Amino acid sequence: MSIESTHSHEDHTHAADHDDHHDHKPSSLLDRWLFTTNHKDIGTLYLVFSLLMFFIGGSMAMVIRAELFMPGLQLVEPDFFNQMTTMHALIMVFGAVMPAWVGFANWMIPMMIGAPDMALPRMNNWSFWILPFAFAMLLSTLFMDSGGPAAGWTLYPPLSLQSGQNFAFVVFAVHMMGISSIMGSINVIATILNMRAPGMTLLKMPLFVWTWLITAFLLIAVMPVLAGAVTMLLTDHFFGTSFFNAAGGGDPVMFQHIFWFFGHPEVYIMILPAFGVVSEIIPTFARKPLFGYSAMVYATASIAFLSFIVWAHHMFTVGMPLTGELFFMYATMLIAVPTGVKVFNWVSTMWRGSMTFETPMLFAIGFVVLFTIGGLSGLMLAIAAVDLQYHDTYFVVAHFHYVLVPGAVFALMAGAYYWLPKWTGRMYSEKWGKIHFWLSAISVNILFFPQHYLGLAGMPRRIPDYSTQFADFNMISSVGGFIFGASQLIFVGVIVHCVYKSRQTATGRVWEGAKGLEWILSSPPPYHSFNTPPVIDSTTMAHADESH
Amino acid sequence: MKKQNTFIVVAAVTAAVIAAFWLLLAAPAFTGNEINMTRGVTSQSMINYQLHMIILWICVVIGIIVFSAMFISIVLHRKSKGHEAAQFTHSTKAEIIWTIIPVLILVAMAVPATTALVNMEVAPETDMTIKITGFQWRWKYQYMEDEIEFISSLHPDSNAARRLMSGTEPDTIENYLLEVDKPLVLPARTKIKFLITADDVIHSWWVPALGWKRDAVPGFINEAWTEIMEPGVYRGQCAELCGKDHGFMPIVLNVLPEDEYRAWARQQRQRMAHEEAEVDRLWSRAELMELGENVYAAQCATCHQADGRGLAPAFPALAGSKIANGPLNDNIALVLHGREGTAMQAWGTRLSETDIAAALTYMRNAFGNETGDVVQPQTIARIKNG
Repeated sequence: MSIESTHSHEDHTHAADHDDHHDHKPSSLLDRWLFTTNHKDIGTLYLVFSLLMFFIGGSMAMVIRAELFMPGLQLVEPDFFNQMTTMHALIMVFGAVMPAWVGFANWMIPMMIGAPDMALPRMNNWSFWILPFAFAMLLSTLFMDSGGPAAGWTLYPPLSLQSGQNFAFVVFAVHMMGISSIMGSINVIATILNMRAPGMTLLKMPLFVWTWLITAFLLIAVMPVLAGAVTMLLTDHFFGTSFFNAAGGGDPVMFQHIFWFFGHPEVYIMILPAFGVVSEIIPTFARKPLFGYSAMVYATASIAFLSFIVWAHHMFTVGMPLTGELFFMYATMLIAVPTGVKVFNWVSTMWRGSMTFETPMLFAIGFVVLFTIGGLSGLMLAIAAVDLQYHDTYFVVAHFHYVLVPGAVFALMAGAYYWLPKWTGRMYSEKWGKIHFWLSAISVNILFFPQHYLGLAGMPRRIPDYSTQFADFNMISSVGGFIFGASQLIFVGVIVHCVYKSRQTATGRVWEGAKGLEWILSSPPPYHSFNTPPVIDSTTMAHADESH
Repeated sequence: MKKQNTFIVVAAVTAAVIAAFWLLLAAPAFTGNEINMTRGVTSQSMINYQLHMIILWICVVIGIIVFSAMFISIVLHRKSKGHEAAQFTHSTKAEIIWTIIPVLILVAMAVPATTALVNMEVAPETDMTIKITGFQWRWKYQYMEDEIEFISSLHPDSNAARRLMSGTEPDTIENYLLEVDKPLVLPARTKIKFLITADDVIHSWWVPALGWKRDAVPGFINEAWTEIMEPGVYRGQCAELCGKDHGFMPIVLNVLPEDEYRAWARQQRQRMAHEEAEVDRLWSRAELMELGENVYAAQCATCHQADGRGLAPAFPALAGSKIANGPLNDNIALVLHGREGTAMQAWGTRLSETDIAAALTYMRNAFGNETGDVVQPQTIARIKNG
């Protein structure tokens, strides 16, 4: 975001003294952005790209909510509706949330661990620049004769095998996203394990760095599994294999097992960095160290481990043996324990603090409350017997949107407001940030809370039209959706204003209670973050040293 | 003293606000079934309803406790009130307590959850068996003992009204999208086994009043069972995305007292015997065209459209098509066996010979197609049986 290099000279940290001599930003646009190997510029590219995808995926959600505004089909054919639900999910998951977290990782990890840049800068460039091509391919299917993919983002065969030529594009787009994610993860791991400043031991790392380290391992573990699954779909579709075709000796349910072995860790890939960001923000605005730092690290690792052994809770209705269902039910219920530890620690961090409520803190608190609601409905869904009622209804839609929208997306917003002054060297408009928060927080509940009722009353998901008994809550939900969608334009306005127009410069520290290495740099930070490793002093970290 | 009062007021207000929010979800328990899970009419659905309410209340209570602590902190521990930040950082004791208590709660939840699941999955001795086959976008029901079978599709009224900008208001249609032409008729108070499978893609057979749904997977047969306590009409829908008309394949159960069910079954067997006899006689062109138009409207028009113009690109037109105007035997083979990798079904196993003959006669002489062919049911029967 630091388009111009405006420096605040209020900070006289040692890094700030150096930055003028080392700020060699490439002058041509092509060199600066296309050939960039700089972690900040690549981070900015990721963030801008994901924001664009957030709006493309969001407009598809608007089409969905508009069609569901009333019973009867008013706007789109059912097949196009299915294309919208499928593309909305693919774009939001792979195009908006995941790249946004990689953007944060790029910007923040080197600064938080006292490194000059990412460990593998050229690969960093490549992992970003694959994405625009992957999504151009994915989106191009909407303009093909066969239309876009319409079998849901889970691509269950045999339905997905009925797709036309678009299917090859979808599969290759998924491959490219996977390659991008894996390269990004290798970079994150290499950076964290090799580039920490002297004295920054693993158990001194900020929680955001920890959550990303674990996320990166999850990504490397599961993206190849997804790649394998979609490749088998590809050969089933075009080359006559029968991996998932019962008539040829295959099994359609096997795809679901493979997909969800990827899919469940994928859910945590989207939420673990959110846990990290919130664990940075709450201590800052509570002016109090993060409570139970090491418990938070262990809880994150436990959640990551459990994510590999719960996948079949997405499949309670496919006809599994009773023992299988019992195992996956118990394992899923167990996730509530480390997740509970996290929520209790956040509340304890706030407890007896000295809190102020700037926009990042508001989004972080919104995250904790609404994510917890999503977590509790997740606990309900874990109960296999009752899941035979909940499964594939709007109750599930409400559940995962609570953990993803006021969950992951709110954490992204919180992080963006939190670090925007650091990135740009200027303050955003607090007034508009708060308006954005309150509109989003209220409308997101109008949007998703009634969907619990719809699901319990028996409305299946992924239907373009519904029986009249579901009309009222669908209308309320749609109204909430339109307000939520429109409110996000404020977010863009605040960012654009902050980057180009804001006259209020930010100090290096930015927030009174901010702790951690990124805050000892100037705002905006020098182009190459730390050329000399900083000295690590545990009183300057957002979490206290628990070793004594 | 003053501080204590503020604390009490604040705590009360916060707790009330949060409780109200959560009770919204729990409230339907007192107001009826419209926005909560149905109690249903089987032992499974009633157990599931109770389990759902237990877990919901546990979640409500946890939510109230956690959010109250948080909001009390938000109200009291703010800088604007001059609250100084404490500097405590961790407590192993606290971490252990809030690990163990949730584990205990989970164990308490797991006990009824396990019992319910075992009851759901372990089938008792059953008295009759229904085979359910899902295909795009209908359900076929076969009564294994009574040898009755039929296909159940979305009711024509709903089917007309659900078209894009059909001009018909959905609320003028009774049970819009939840009505079928032929409901699944079942006896009450009888233990029934269901064998559930699919012909093309995965579907999921769900009637909320029974308390469960089960996926219909092509190539595999899933089992489920039920015993419906109350006669009545119960409605449900396909619950697994199965293509463009996934939202339009409802399920309707008409549950009758056992003697009425017996009478119905007898009547159905007579109907089927009559239909079998009809295959052997020669049909006139007018008869076939009339029946064919109905069969086409009920089965074919979903994809190929009422005017035979299809829906590009997935669903080809029949009007002027090479197949509907080409060699008859090729056309018959396509209709009987379907075309793999497309939504074109193998109709040979789904429709009667008479219906197929009539539909073929109709499509080869309608929409401007002028082959003049009259396809006799006998011909279809001969080809089908080799």
